[in-house]
Amino acid sequence: MKDARPLATALADPISVLEFTPDDWTSLLTIARAERLDGSLAYRLADLPLPDVVARALEDARAQAAFDRTQALWEVEMAHRALSPAGIEPILLKGSAFAFAGLPAGLGRLIGDLDILVPRDRLDDAEAALIRAGFEWVKDNEYDQGYYRQWMHELPPLIHRDRETMIDVHHTILPLTARRTPDAAALIEASVEIAPGLRVLNAADMIVHAVTHLLADGDLAGGLRNLWDIDRLLRLFASTPGFWDELDERAALHEMRAPLGLALRLTNRLYATPVPPRLAGYDRMRDLLFVRRMLARDGWGRPIRPVNRLGFYIRSHWIRMPPVMLARHLWTKAKAK
Amino acid sequence: MHHFSVRIGAISYRVGSAWAAPIASLRRLYADYPVPEDGIATVTARIGPPRPWRRWIRPQVEIGGDHTLPDTVPMALRHALLAAEMAMNMQVALGERRHLLIHASAVERGGRAVIMPGDSGSGKSTLAALLGENGWRLLADEFVMIDMANDMVLPFPRAISLKNSAIPEMERRIADPARFGPLLRQTPKGELRHLRPNPEAIARMDEPARPALILFPSFGLDPAAEGMHKSELFVSLTEGSTNYIALGQTAFEALVRMVEDIPAARFTYPDSETGMAIVEQFAAEMGI
Repeated sequence: MKDARPLATALADPISVLEFTPDDWTSLLTIARAERLDGSLAYRLADLPLPDVVARALEDARAQAAFDRTQALWEVEMAHRALSPAGIEPILLKGSAFAFAGLPAGLGRLIGDLDILVPRDRLDDAEAALIRAGFEWVKDNEYDQGYYRQWMHELPPLIHRDRETMIDVHHTILPLTARRTPDAAALIEASVEIAPGLRVLNAADMIVHAVTHLLADGDLAGGLRNLWDIDRLLRLFASTPGFWDELDERAALHEMRAPLGLALRLTNRLYATPVPPRLAGYDRMRDLLFVRRMLARDGWGRPIRPVNRLGFYIRSHWIRMPPVMLARHLWTKAKAK
Repeated sequence: MHHFSVRIGAISYRVGSAWAAPIASLRRLYADYPVPEDGIATVTARIGPPRPWRRWIRPQVEIGGDHTLPDTVPMALRHALLAAEMAMNMQVALGERRHLLIHASAVERGGRAVIMPGDSGSGKSTLAALLGENGWRLLADEFVMIDMANDMVLPFPRAISLKNSAIPEMERRIADPARFGPLLRQTPKGELRHLRPNPEAIARMDEPARPALILFPSFGLDPAAEGMHKSELFVSLTEGSTNYIALGQTAFEALVRMVEDIPAARFTYPDSETGMAIVEQFAAEMGI
């Protein structure tokens, strides 16, 4: 396999794997593991007639995903117990939200750290409550601590001293230094309660957040995985009357209208997600760069297309902070090494 | 990418290398092993240069594959065979989710297995290699796989990595030079030479064994043996397992059954003959 396209195709159209050769299977498993999509793939292919060895490998991936899910839900419970005495109702983000809310995007999905969103004026209380519950700083040097607190959209990461699990406490969904400024208050205002004391973003905001995560906050590492979230969520939410109009409005409110269009075109291209052309806009030449970046992995799981990757790495810093600040940041980081 | 595929017990590997020589060495070392079932390898290990130019200029080898650890130190190209073996081990250590792994060697006789856990330097590999040439069948030298559905040991007869004084010890006893890999000098683990298990161990790699005895060897001291408390045994086995936690309750229950049912002891031994004699003595008591 020359790139990760067969993985995207297998996810979107599972029947495509029925024509695989033995070598194709080996490459697909390797690429899926490298992109951390093996759990999602395993659920997608679960009902197909597969070679025994492949079926066993995918069964193991599903067992792993089920175990991770149990762990992730337990972390949600722990955060809930830590924060509810302080009267804070955390909004679950990303993987934990999908798992807790039982959304199809959560099926087999890797769940890393627990990400939660709290109102900015409750940030100090949330931090104090989590520290009381046994969480500790990972980065305790002065520059990192100061940097996070002044410029980032989240507290410096906290790790629980016994369970060794990490929690990221956000007060908005993009760094304060980024070019775009989502409306954090509106995100919180429109959030939905899914269990007593626990919330998730509403449908449209959930898409907007997935788009910021994919396109406005990083170098597209894990891009196929983040785009797969968008595909799964859109296919579910699209059946709600008025969803696309609301998505249009919310994206505009959060200054994410253009990235939303790009994300819709990308998910349509790679996963054949049905999207309204009115929101997606026209294909552009630039879209191809994003597609090539997301598929930049060979059949051995190795990263390929170094120039394209470097371009996106530079872009990730460029969109995250103004140039002078970037220079100062890189200088401080370089000196520390 | 130069590559070859091989099945070792329950694991079917595809091993890739940026250089031809390490793959040729692996092919020789794993001659007579079966190919993957249906031709499909489900686990990929690879070795390659950490930076593109390191393929030619002062070549360095980095280990990789489906599962990797951050910040592994690159090795010299002349140790590429060791790097490939480490890459293969790493895939099992980090990726295996079907069978419970115990960091141990194991041998079998009459369908019953002796499991020998131990840290590196305890001599567990060498002891298993020795027993494997003296009336026992080698099951594993590094990872003992437990099938949690029936508590059986599944053979995983990888090439045995002999270190330092174990190398002449085995060279003296095994006449067939084709079973040895090249001698690797000045590796991070000292001198190292791989040994292919004997044909019986390879031919019977799909034949599980019932665990009957757990022995913790430690090399270098006067002969002595003592029993082990169940709780101590339990903790020692979990500490050596890389997937015990990830397998959750199933693994806990399997390990509790092992600890309840299988007698265990630890012993020290000064040389090969004594080590083998002590194992034989324990085995005789158990009627193995």
